[in-house]
Amino acid sequence: MSHYSALSIARNALSGHSNWDPAWRSPEPAAAYDAIVIGGGGHGLATAYYLVRVHGLVKVAVLEKGWIGGGNTGRNTTIIRSNYFYPESAAFYEFSLKQYERLSSELNFNIMFSQRGVLVLGHSRHDMEMHRRSANAMRLNGIDADILSRDEVAKLVPALDCSPQARFPIWGGMIQRRGGTARHDAVAWGYARAADARGVDIIQNCEVTGFTIHQGQVTGVETTRGAIKSNRIGIAVAGHSSILAAKAGFRLPVKSYALQAMVSEPLKPVLDTVVLSPATGTYLSQSDKGELVIGGGLDLYASYAQRGNLPVNENTITGMLAMFPTFSRVRMLRHWGGVCDVVHDSSPIIGKTPVQGLYLSCGWGTGGFKAIPAGGYCLAHTMATGEPHELNAAFGLDRFDTGALIDEAAAASIPH
Amino acid sequence: MLNIECPHCGARPEHEFRCGGDAHVVRPPLSASGETWAEYLFGHDNPKGDQTERWCHSFGCGLWFNVIRDTVSHEIRAVYPITAQRPEQAA
Repeated sequence: MSHYSALSIARNALSGHSNWDPAWRSPEPAAAYDAIVIGGGGHGLATAYYLVRVHGLVKVAVLEKGWIGGGNTGRNTTIIRSNYFYPESAAFYEFSLKQYERLSSELNFNIMFSQRGVLVLGHSRHDMEMHRRSANAMRLNGIDADILSRDEVAKLVPALDCSPQARFPIWGGMIQRRGGTARHDAVAWGYARAADARGVDIIQNCEVTGFTIHQGQVTGVETTRGAIKSNRIGIAVAGHSSILAAKAGFRLPVKSYALQAMVSEPLKPVLDTVVLSPATGTYLSQSDKGELVIGGGLDLYASYAQRGNLPVNENTITGMLAMFPTFSRVRMLRHWGGVCDVVHDSSPIIGKTPVQGLYLSCGWGTGGFKAIPAGGYCLAHTMATGEPHELNAAFGLDRFDTGALIDEAAAASIPH
Repeated sequence: MLNIECPHCGARPEHEFRCGGDAHVVRPPLSASGETWAEYLFGHDNPKGDQTERWCHSFGCGLWFNVIRDTVSHEIRAVYPITAQRPEQAA
């Protein structure tokens, strides 16, 4: 792997940028691997990277049905935050945020992590009381959180309608200043390049069609590119987790829903933080290219279609206009949907499955992007050692039997 | 935008309706094991393709009914009464 630097850019400029090495290889699948990760999104690629870097595995493959980063990793609104309530979630997401803070230099790939702050608005006295409760919980868990007054919000986000006539008047907000956004593709590509450099085979256009299971132990996968043996397999396929689980013979507490998002035409800088409104159900930020990146709630019925429906789209746009009336004549540029694996307590499932040697990372719902480093790290640990890391011990599939749910439905600030 | 055929009111746009989740989920007896209860409360078939689900015409007549809907194309294959068994589908 050639090192990326200012010098390498200058050197390649001399040859008109026509001699850059490919960032990763496209190998043929081998007959067997020490570990296989199904799913070449951020979580799958991160898992492969940590399997090699932290646990020293040698023969590792990532199998991707389409192209890497083409699922929810390339379809989210790129928000990174750790403003969760319960200690288990706080530890997990804060670990993830800390990894993001150093990821560009670790991977030698600029993920454009911009800690511009994540502001959750409060629209009533009761909202502000709940924000104080959340902020106090976060601080007790060692995470930064500040309460802002209405005037402080108005100063931070001048375009926001803070007038008393606003449909949902602004009372203040809660901000996590270390939160922000990152370039979503770069996270997938950075992990892919770093994993490839350590010998991981990234195999695209390779769909897993079944598992071979011998006496309760997984021994390999059937794919569209032939059978591949491995007795240690991780599933990181987000919205399609139930499909693969069914092929392995078990059900999951997961329902798949479409979550849509959109971007506007590029504008001059107008919004330099991430703003979420629990009342309008809309959240937005402005990308470095100038596009407004806008998201809302889930579509309200189960879907495997990677597109959003129009009623929810209209709700989201209406919500944005209630917050930012000045955007009323902004034109939308792109609109898309991703398939989210939603579980009842809005917390992930990372750990063992009923099949020996088969491990699972799913249940990311609408918020998997922020968790990529921690999710990959914990799935890698669980696959390598056979036991969960302390960060994901509480996030096992067994919590639905024991009832020890970690209900973080409120942490999204948006009623999904 | 889905166009849903309410058995009482006829075809109406989707924003008059609420999806009530999986149809034909049977509540287990009180004597059932913890695993059975967990499966009842949290387990889903979550098929990619035809799925049976309950809908309510909540901003209309209020009627609950069952629907078979494709989760990829969103095409509605059948609408049938809330207490009826899943019908055999025409190919």
